[in-house]
Amino acid sequence: MKILIIEDEPQMLDNMRDTLEQERYLVETASTFAEASFKIGSYDYDCILLDIMLPDGNGLNLLKQLKDLGKEEGVIIVSANDSLDDRIQGLNMGADDYLPKPFHTAELNARVQAVLRRRNFEGNKYIEIGNVVIDPESRSLTIADKEVILNRKEYDILTYLISNKTRLVTKAALAEHVWGDHIDQADSFDFIYSQIKNLRKKLENATIKVGAVYGIGYKLELD
Amino acid sequence: MKLLNYTSKYLAFLLLAVITLWALAFYYAMLDEIYDSLDDGLENQKILLLKRAKEDPGILDNNDFNKHVYSFTPIQQQQYENHQERYQDTLMYMINEEDFEPVRIYESTLKAEGRYYKLKIITSMVEEDDLIEDLVSYLIGLYFVLVLSILVLNNLLLKRIWKPFYDLIAQLKSFNIEQKPQITLTPTAVEEFNLLNTTVSELINSAHKSYNEQKQFIENASHELQTPLAISINKLELFLEKNSLTDDQLMHMASVLDNLGRLTRLNKSLLLLSKIENKQFQEAEPIDFNVLAQECITDFKEIAIHKGIDLKLHATDGIQFKMNKDLARILLTNLIKNALVHGKPQNPVTLSIANKQLQVRNTGTASPLDAELIFARFKKIGATEKSTGLGLPIARAIAEKYNLTLRYTFDGEHTFTVQFPK
Repeated sequence: MKILIIEDEPQMLDNMRDTLEQERYLVETASTFAEASFKIGSYDYDCILLDIMLPDGNGLNLLKQLKDLGKEEGVIIVSANDSLDDRIQGLNMGADDYLPKPFHTAELNARVQAVLRRRNFEGNKYIEIGNVVIDPESRSLTIADKEVILNRKEYDILTYLISNKTRLVTKAALAEHVWGDHIDQADSFDFIYSQIKNLRKKLENATIKVGAVYGIGYKLELD
Repeated sequence: MKLLNYTSKYLAFLLLAVITLWALAFYYAMLDEIYDSLDDGLENQKILLLKRAKEDPGILDNNDFNKHVYSFTPIQQQQYENHQERYQDTLMYMINEEDFEPVRIYESTLKAEGRYYKLKIITSMVEEDDLIEDLVSYLIGLYFVLVLSILVLNNLLLKRIWKPFYDLIAQLKSFNIEQKPQITLTPTAVEEFNLLNTTVSELINSAHKSYNEQKQFIENASHELQTPLAISINKLELFLEKNSLTDDQLMHMASVLDNLGRLTRLNKSLLLLSKIENKQFQEAEPIDFNVLAQECITDFKEIAIHKGIDLKLHATDGIQFKMNKDLARILLTNLIKNALVHGKPQNPVTLSIANKQLQVRNTGTASPLDAELIFARFKKIGATEKSTGLGLPIARAIAEKYNLTLRYTFDGEHTFTVQFPK
């Protein structure tokens, strides 16, 4: 899988590349509009992460360029400017997703996977990990061919952890992903623990398990 | 009162005063002229009578007004010498009018046939009351004609002259700084209107520019803060993944991450508040608050259970209101969040929808809080360290944006009420 990151802030770019390279993606980068425009014109990618505020141009014009070239890359707009206008405009112009800064590395990873999966839908309808099979379409789960019922939040937690398998997922990242943007000011993230406990019970017969990283978060481990 | 009628009103009053004064002056000038001309006629008659007396001394015996309009009375030389010419106004019975009418008597003396006579000549005089009456009625007529012509002039001519002005006002009325100003100016030959047009359009343009600059500033400030925050958080997350740390080290890292998270939330909240106050949420759609409330309760279920709080919805009414969907959700979640954070464990938090009111009630401190202070920014009342102190100010800003009232009351429970229009 080939991914292009268009981002002008070098440290941000490093973090994003680091995060995605751990997933064994082939990552290329561009830090200016001109460089990005050249790479888009010359190569094909599976997914493009696009910062729309570039020093030498508006990233939305790159989206237009992609469209004009008839390219089908999955595009995730990454922006520090979480304005509704940009979001709507970006999605209308054919972007697949919109990820406002700051985000958690786990969230970036999950979003890229979601886009890649949607793009390569035919070959890969189910998510399989160990003896666990997930059908994203019906949001159902089987463990060793036996259906296990998860509620919405348990399902979201599990798929998020699977997207970030063997990687650390912080409590904050998990809470924001599963409970949404506005929940995050509530007291503490301790409430997640009881959800994880329930999930662990339902995964008893699975070859995956939810491990804890002391004080910080969780990690999906394969037996 | 409209500008046109306003000037007409003053003109009508002014005209009334001017015409009244003018009528008085005109009346006296006219009267003076009439007397002058009558007196001239009387003097002329005296000269004619003198001439006639030479030819026909018989007329000197005429001593009353029955036959003629003159009378002769013999007088002494002494009286003749002392006499002064005079005019006198008096009344005399007129047969044709069957009434006493004013007449003017000219008293003079003359010497004829070696004798002295006092001569009186009368002439019918203008009827003053008739004159005044006529004058008044004609002037009233004139007044109304003038006022009417002013009204007609105002409504036809002035309306056309003032058209650019009214056009501008009509457009300013619907002017909204959030949208791109689209004021079309009517070209006019009047210098003042041109000045007004150019001034107004300059004002609007600069206001719109400031508005955009402010909007841009918020966006830039957000950009400047979000990126370093994102870098720090991601760097820490990557660091934690790549290194195995001791529990003690992890604790410290967790604390740093937590604080970065707080900083992020604070930044986002400030941004949200500025955006609401800068009216940047223009899209609106009908929101079913019963559905939304149920969704929010589902979102918060785990947190409530974790705190041992029974979070429930009690609806006896339906609330539909047109507003921005994100803001509606933020309004509700902020109120529920606040109730959950401050609510005592093992006590209920109740969301109720009744009488077009949405209420969130929670138990907490036993005494009421300062109703104004709790909506002020960064006023944390006995709050946990993790709250931003912006939740309720944001809720209030959202309510105010849509002219809803959000108020706090205490009746053993802390109650926040959003009143929707009935």
